[in-house]
Amino acid sequence: MAQVRLQNITKQFDGVTAVEDINLDIADREFMILLGPSGCGKSTLLRIIAGLEDPTEGEVYIGDTMVNNVMPKQRDVAMVFQSYALYPHKSVQDNIEFPLKVRKVPKAQRAAAAIEAATSLGLGEYLDRKPGALSGGQRQRVALARAIVRNPAVFCMDEPLSNLDAKLRGETRAELIALHQRLNSTFVYVTHDQVEAMTMGTRIAVMSRGHLEQIGTPQEVYDKPSSVFVAQFVGMPPMNILPAGSLEAGTHLVGVRPEHLRISPDHPLSLHVQLVEQLGHEVHITGSVGDRRVVVRQEAGAVTPAVGSVVRVGAAQHVRHRFDAVTEQRIAE
Amino acid sequence: MKRKRRDSGLAALMLVPSGVILLLFVVYPLIKAVWLGQQRCGVTKCTNNGFDQYLDAFRSNEFQDALIVTAKYALITVPIGLVLGVALAVLADKYMRGVGIFRTIFSSTVATSVAVASVMWFFLLNPQVGVLSEWIGGIAKTPGLLQDPRSALWAVSASSIWANLGFTFIVVTAGLQGVPKDLYESAYVDGAGGFSRFTNVTLPMISPTLLFATVVLTTRAFQSFGEVDLLTEGGPLGKTTTLTYLAYGSGLPTSNDDGLRATVSVLLFAVLLALALVQFRGLEKRVHYGN
Repeated sequence: MAQVRLQNITKQFDGVTAVEDINLDIADREFMILLGPSGCGKSTLLRIIAGLEDPTEGEVYIGDTMVNNVMPKQRDVAMVFQSYALYPHKSVQDNIEFPLKVRKVPKAQRAAAAIEAATSLGLGEYLDRKPGALSGGQRQRVALARAIVRNPAVFCMDEPLSNLDAKLRGETRAELIALHQRLNSTFVYVTHDQVEAMTMGTRIAVMSRGHLEQIGTPQEVYDKPSSVFVAQFVGMPPMNILPAGSLEAGTHLVGVRPEHLRISPDHPLSLHVQLVEQLGHEVHITGSVGDRRVVVRQEAGAVTPAVGSVVRVGAAQHVRHRFDAVTEQRIAE
Repeated sequence: MKRKRRDSGLAALMLVPSGVILLLFVVYPLIKAVWLGQQRCGVTKCTNNGFDQYLDAFRSNEFQDALIVTAKYALITVPIGLVLGVALAVLADKYMRGVGIFRTIFSSTVATSVAVASVMWFFLLNPQVGVLSEWIGGIAKTPGLLQDPRSALWAVSASSIWANLGFTFIVVTAGLQGVPKDLYESAYVDGAGGFSRFTNVTLPMISPTLLFATVVLTTRAFQSFGEVDLLTEGGPLGKTTTLTYLAYGSGLPTSNDDGLRATVSVLLFAVLLALALVQFRGLEKRVHYGN
């Protein structure tokens, strides 16, 4: 069993709090995504799980064991770094074998394991090459192979796709999902990319300024964001937040996803159109309602307003999200 | 085409000052030394012996002895200096309070001249008043480490190692700072202990720095003169007469013969050139220059 449990985790660096009072249960074999903007503490949390940082307060459990004072190598975790952290002087095979070599696994056994891991990731023909002779995608696979070769209970991944181009990132996302299903291990994956989070995670933990904002399945986080921050961080384009009293009476803020805003002369809000973006499969109409920037998403082929015109927009009751104007937290329905 | 010719002319004109300096201070002295190395010079005049003089000098007992002394000196100072420099640099490459003070102390010898270092070691090793001689006792007291033929080269080497430690420390520290932190962390998570991280990450990653330091320290060892001149004057019994001291020192067969001095200097140049080539060819295969 490789569930990971974080209890009241706080980490400070020279008096600056990176993460504060985090409680998170990651189930065995779950693909948990830690999602948030730069500096929100997601990488710190991952490093605490991997044993690269000690929490200032709180307890880390892997399985049923408290691992606060356990060395990384005894935690049965593997880590994939953003930079891949491959040893440039070692061949692909030696890189993949390294975790087994330091564990004194016999040479023949570790070579067989490295070849198996490399072959499973399509690296069979590159075993003798140095990392410098590989493409970014191939290096990323070597880093993954090095992680899977010793079959750890928990995989920690720190933005492993961020150095790849968009096309390769898309392909590798699918491969990582397949890898998770094949290995049947627990994955903890840090990213600031909400597309990665939505497509790969069984659950997402959204973080902001060292705090957990929301934990839920991708659909839960998208459909019922717990705060204005989550509403605007998850979803592209982000959710429109309309000023209090504009769409409905009251002091609360109203959030509407761009695809739920409709253009119709009967609707209550005036949108001053500033930009119309044709994306092929859809159209983004950007403008302002009062001093707020608002985006309307329409299907391709719909009649679009001209830049500079004023159109009326609104949204049905059931697609509106309501947030407290002061705390910016979701108001229970 | 016209513009290219005009640009080439301008480029040649701009290269003239450095060309003149190079010719005057490098090419001319080198040619002059090679020419002078074929002469035997008395007080008033020189006679030309041709290139045979190089062969004769190379085969002479004095040159062979000095070559052996210099090789021993390099074999003592370079490995010990490198090991100490790397050890200190690795120790100081930590994020600890007050580590800056240690870095300053460790690198301070780079600002110390050979003369100052030699005088300091002369007093430290002095059999009558030297603190080190007092601590060590035995031959360090009678006749003294610099005076005993068995220990003189080691004593001079100690001074040289100390004087070069700052250089090695600074160079290796710079090399260490170029090693990505991720590599250490990856090795740490994979289960590598401190020694394994040092051999699998630190050493390979600073190998270009180590090659550079090895070549520089070896060259310095072969060129060292100040320590020998100030501490032992090539003695006792020629046990510290290095090639440079043979070329420039006093009380030797070469002392009053500018021709022979030039012969030894040119031979030293040839030896150093061969050595540098061997070092680069031999060690470069083990050096990793990054992606």
